[in-house]
Amino acid sequence: MSHHLIVRVVSKLLIPFILLFALYVQFHGDFGPGGGFQAGVIFASAFILYALVFGLDNARRVLPEWVTRAGIALGVLIYGGTGVVGILLGHNYLDYSPLGSTAPLGQHIGISVIEFGVGMTVASVMATIFLAFAGRNRDLFDLEE
Amino acid sequence: MISPHLPALQIVLPLLSAPVCVLLRRSILTYAVTVAICWLTFAIAVLLLQQVLASGPISYRLGGWAPPWGIEYRVDTVNAYVLLIVSAIGAIVITAARPTVEREVGEDVQYLFYTCALLCLAGMLGVTITGDAFNLFVFLEISSLSSYVLVSLRRDRRALTAAFHYLIFGTIGATFYLIGVGLLYQATGTLNIADLAVRVAGVTDSQSVRAAFAFMVVGIAIKAAVFPVHIWLPNAYAYAPSIVSALLAATATKVAIYVLLRVFLTIFGPVFAFSTMPLGEMLVALAVVAMFVGSAVAIFQEDVKRMLAYSSVAQIGYMILGIGLATSLGLTGGILHLFNHAVIKGGLFLVMACVFYRIGSVQLVDFAGLGRRMPWTMAAFVVGGLSLIGVPLTTGFVSKWYLILGALDKGWWWLAVLILLSSLLAVIYVWRVVEVAYFRAPPEAATRLEAPVSLLVPTWVLIAANIYFGIDTRVSVGVAKRAAEALMGVGA
Repeated sequence: MSHHLIVRVVSKLLIPFILLFALYVQFHGDFGPGGGFQAGVIFASAFILYALVFGLDNARRVLPEWVTRAGIALGVLIYGGTGVVGILLGHNYLDYSPLGSTAPLGQHIGISVIEFGVGMTVASVMATIFLAFAGRNRDLFDLEE
Repeated sequence: MISPHLPALQIVLPLLSAPVCVLLRRSILTYAVTVAICWLTFAIAVLLLQQVLASGPISYRLGGWAPPWGIEYRVDTVNAYVLLIVSAIGAIVITAARPTVEREVGEDVQYLFYTCALLCLAGMLGVTITGDAFNLFVFLEISSLSSYVLVSLRRDRRALTAAFHYLIFGTIGATFYLIGVGLLYQATGTLNIADLAVRVAGVTDSQSVRAAFAFMVVGIAIKAAVFPVHIWLPNAYAYAPSIVSALLAATATKVAIYVLLRVFLTIFGPVFAFSTMPLGEMLVALAVVAMFVGSAVAIFQEDVKRMLAYSSVAQIGYMILGIGLATSLGLTGGILHLFNHAVIKGGLFLVMACVFYRIGSVQLVDFAGLGRRMPWTMAAFVVGGLSLIGVPLTTGFVSKWYLILGALDKGWWWLAVLILLSSLLAVIYVWRVVEVAYFRAPPEAATRLEAPVSLLVPTWVLIAANIYFGIDTRVSVGVAKRAAEALMGVGA
């Protein structure tokens, strides 16, 4: 779709704002609606828009396979690792209270960190699923046209 | 400092090593990590069982939130026993994985094999340890989704359709279970299993609780491959990589049977399950049909792995029979068979792994002369087969003995006869393989081809366990008895 001038210009304008909005949903998640799942999907949708407009090869250059694979694994590790920190600080698994000076502050920090992990994994998984399907039968439906 | 956190570590170790394997990616490294973690989880399961036997049930509050609001891990005799079975089989089978995985799984996806094996193990252990009905569903899905992937990883296109069927059936099963949990939540307002057990007793005459019961029976029966809903099992086991067949046959259905016990005897209670609802009669009828149909179909299989898979359907029948008898003696037999079948089928499927590794096929015709070409492997098959039949001095005998005692105790002598008759069918299908392997000449120019030691040792460990627990029954029978009494005692 890269020869459509309007589509190209509008996407270029929109993509930074979609990414920014994803980060807003991510970090505002503990005050209002939002959180890691939603933010991850929004973040990945910016990437999917980019892939649709500028082609799969460019998309893979932006987000190589090893990045998405590491993102999937690291997100889970961040979530689970935060729980393990609870054990190391003498509390139960997934108890975030000892992470801050007071229990509510600790839980606040804990939730923000694990939601970041969730966002990372969800965004990487969405991108991977899209690329896996788009990468099949590339000669039949060439997205780069 | 570690010991109070053992219940959490039991799950967290395999769960978090799975993403580590994705990051490591090198096949040999992921294998090393997986083996180390599997043996660690086994050690934790041993410690947990010791703690439970010494000082009673353990409760662990995840995130520090008290039950019934928070999620609780609850370890008592029953699930400590199942945790031990699952982690022991997992550790032994995964140790044997390296050579056959190299041969059967594509080079670029081997790290995914170990990742999914760890996730599958974490899911099954989680199902067993959790004290929360919804959390149980989540773990059930973790173990199921990873086992669909495991089945599909073999370099054989038939594995893909088998995995797809397994996925459809497994998803239906999980959904039915979830509908049941939803209805129970609506009726009682709680998801904690211990809390549900108290509250369900007060609302058993409501239509929605009965509907929840029915949904959960069907859902869990699909997961456990109970007779009429077993059809996903033979293909999934036959076309999966050899190690996956051994792992799933020895653990996945056992965990589903554990869920059956937990849901019906703890949540609904024996009185509601067996007196108000006709669960006992239904299970006995289905179990008897499974014992005969499973064994009869197994006799006509040309693929030995498929034959063992159908034999699993029959063996699951024996476990269900023990539960359906609804007495603590019958239940002891059922729970005992859970353990015994795990060592029998784990061992026999590892024998198939050895054969496939050397011959590249598990068709019956290709077994010709294998008794001379792979003497140790086929000797393991003979011992495992004897245990499957239930010959004295093997574990198979012990559990059938308790099942027959349970049947006679109820005055159902005809059932005892049926158990014996169905064991005779097992003689036929085991004999077919033995005959071809020992009494038919090997093909021309065939040389001695014993399986590598790294495969033979784990196989023989499981096979030797068949003999050991067939003679020294103190541990297995003792724990099974305590577990059965604890389960039946809840509602009595």
